[in-house]
Amino acid sequence: MQKKLILDTDLLDITISRLCQELIENHGDFSETVIIGMQSRGIFVAEIIHKKLEKLTKKDIPFGYLDATFHRDDFRRREIPAKASETKIEFAIEGKSVVLVDDVLFTGRTIRAAMDTMITFGRPKKVELLVLIDRKYTRELPIAADYVGKSVNTLTSQRVLVELEAQGHKQNKIWLINKD
Amino acid sequence: MSKLSQKHLLGIKDLTSEDIELIFETADNFKEVINRPVKKVPSLRDVTIANVFFENSTRTRLSFELAQKRLSADTINFSASNSSVKKGETLLDTVNNILAMKVDMIVMRHASPGAPHYLAKHIKANIVNAGDGTHEHPTQALLDAFSIREKLGSVAGKKIAIIGDILHSRVALSNIFALQKLGAKVMVCGPPTLLPKFIGQLGVEVEFDVRKALQWCDVANVLRIQLERQQIKYFPSLREYSLYYGITKKLLDSLKKQIVIMHPGPINRGVELSSDAADSQHSIILDQVENGVAVRMAVLYLLAARS
Repeated sequence: MQKKLILDTDLLDITISRLCQELIENHGDFSETVIIGMQSRGIFVAEIIHKKLEKLTKKDIPFGYLDATFHRDDFRRREIPAKASETKIEFAIEGKSVVLVDDVLFTGRTIRAAMDTMITFGRPKKVELLVLIDRKYTRELPIAADYVGKSVNTLTSQRVLVELEAQGHKQNKIWLINKD
Repeated sequence: MSKLSQKHLLGIKDLTSEDIELIFETADNFKEVINRPVKKVPSLRDVTIANVFFENSTRTRLSFELAQKRLSADTINFSASNSSVKKGETLLDTVNNILAMKVDMIVMRHASPGAPHYLAKHIKANIVNAGDGTHEHPTQALLDAFSIREKLGSVAGKKIAIIGDILHSRVALSNIFALQKLGAKVMVCGPPTLLPKFIGQLGVEVEFDVRKALQWCDVANVLRIQLERQQIKYFPSLREYSLYYGITKKLLDSLKKQIVIMHPGPINRGVELSSDAADSQHSIILDQVENGVAVRMAVLYLLAARS
């Protein structure tokens, strides 16, 4: 198994700061914007970004997380059923701008399911997607991210490993892994 | 990442405690789903389910049907009273005819104990037992245990008294299995004629005095007197039963502690449970009904993944 470092701790910090600045550029004081992290791994990225944004804007920004398991299109096609995690959206998304946050954008199917799930809570004015890593040329659906930490050329057989302190790792690091 | 150890849900007896935990965790998520503005998910949109009821039911059947619809499954309903069963068709023929119409899952209630187990040996579809005679009623036991877990935080270590007609109750047997697998202590209480002779061999405590049972327990699951299954008289009169075994608000208030009252329905008000007790803050009877939909969604979802 080969491991290649895509983003180290310092660079990741800069990347996240940049993403926050981009969000502020487009969303101003965040009075009409909510942030929703994707279960299971996207919530850690979303938490970091949410905390940073609240610090930068000195505002309370609504934050929730969303689990798209029951809207996935691969149920009954897997050997083991996907296990659902908690969905927690304690505010109205009707008429709001939603920033959906995930760690890695791969085939786009999770995001497709997430959008379907989100619509069961109301009709947002606008939905945007933020991802830390955008895997190029692996999309199976016409889905693209609005805010990208880093675009990476990957093979379908490879895997992107995101290690964050919030998940119990020593340092924030992102790796590309070759499966043999 | 885990899945059920069983392809069918025939009884709690076949489930492991991990299976039950998995069902509960999945039901937690579905409970959140059914409280959304849009209460529906598309998970089972390619699954067809037949509800085959050879015995009457209101709650269980509505609850199953609602669970199926919330999961976007296609459903067909069958009840024996207005079907060809009356013309002499056998159980296996009836079910095979339904399956020939490309049905993936059967939810069945039948008056004969073991009927779903017999079917499971002969057909390929997933089977969910919605009650077989006086044997088991697994989804009821799951939703009862789920409701206890929700109300008291956990089931392990809790004391649960099942009070009433144990002899004719499938709910009692499934509840005993489920609660014991989850680490609870179980007591059964009722008139000696309505307790099975060897029930103590299941590892439950036996009590004939309802007051002592209530004093002992954290949760009382009160069962209905199943007059329709009683061919002989097991006690002199309903009035006498309610005098000795009926649970009233007055009796509950005289206890030194607060206990939880459950009932699988339908309640015979004034017999096993008085109205003021059934509608008191002790009672979680309507929570049980709400949880029933979430738990059945979890069971159907996890079984569909196994076909």
